Amino acid sequence: MSTKVRVSEADFNAGDEIALLQANNQADGAVVTFTGRVRKQNEGQQVTGLFLEHYPAMTALSLNRIIDSARAKWQINKVTVIHRVGQLNLGDNIVFVGVTSAHRGDAFAAAEFIMDYLKIEAPFWKKETRTDGEVWIDARQSDQDKAITW
Amino acid sequence: MLTVLFFARLREQLGQASVRIAVNENTTVEQVLTQLKEEYPDWQSPLSSNNILAALNQQMVSKDTVVNAGDELAFFPPVTGG
Repeated sequence: MSTKVRVSEADFNAGDEIALLQANNQADGAVVTFTGRVRKQNEGQQVTGLFLEHYPAMTALSLNRIIDSARAKWQINKVTVIHRVGQLNLGDNIVFVGVTSAHRGDAFAAAEFIMDYLKIEAPFWKKETRTDGEVWIDARQSDQDKAITW
Repeated sequence: MLTVLFFARLREQLGQASVRIAVNENTTVEQVLTQLKEEYPDWQSPLSSNNILAALNQQMVSKDTVVNAGDELAFFPPVTGG
């Protein structure tokens, strides 16, 4: 059982992260991953870039708490959560969540749970650069509603 | 003294990333907000938003949580990572 949490400006390679989740791991038949990227449209607006601010003292603590909650709910083994901060461009990676488990059900559920709680509890804020200026993104009620269903 | 931090849109609205204030015993997070609005009248509007979340010593807390001298209290808008 291992947990990897990284919050930094540095990019990641999802393929490399999957290889690390699989390395020396013959116990797990399931590897579920999610990669979030900067998209070019949001709420009907053209997006040209994204700035991610965070609360440095709290982010890793918060992500580890969310992972601990997932471990309490499902039988999962290796977990990787990477979140980027700083200035990002269209198509850049933002976030990676990877979970391994003996069975796919636990891996799917835990990965989705981690993403859902990351969206409502981890201290990251997005500011979009659009063709008409910079805009802080508002939290979505749908993210709150989804997370509390777990 | 209590260290109070502000992030994202709230930090921009207040024009400041942090303040240090003296707090009495048994002061709650809600009372810190009231105290800040009294000490900094320009902050009345941004700090009155219902959408402000609080973290005490890097853990999300409700507004009725008691703070102590030496604590780090952070206020911020709902998070939008991921």
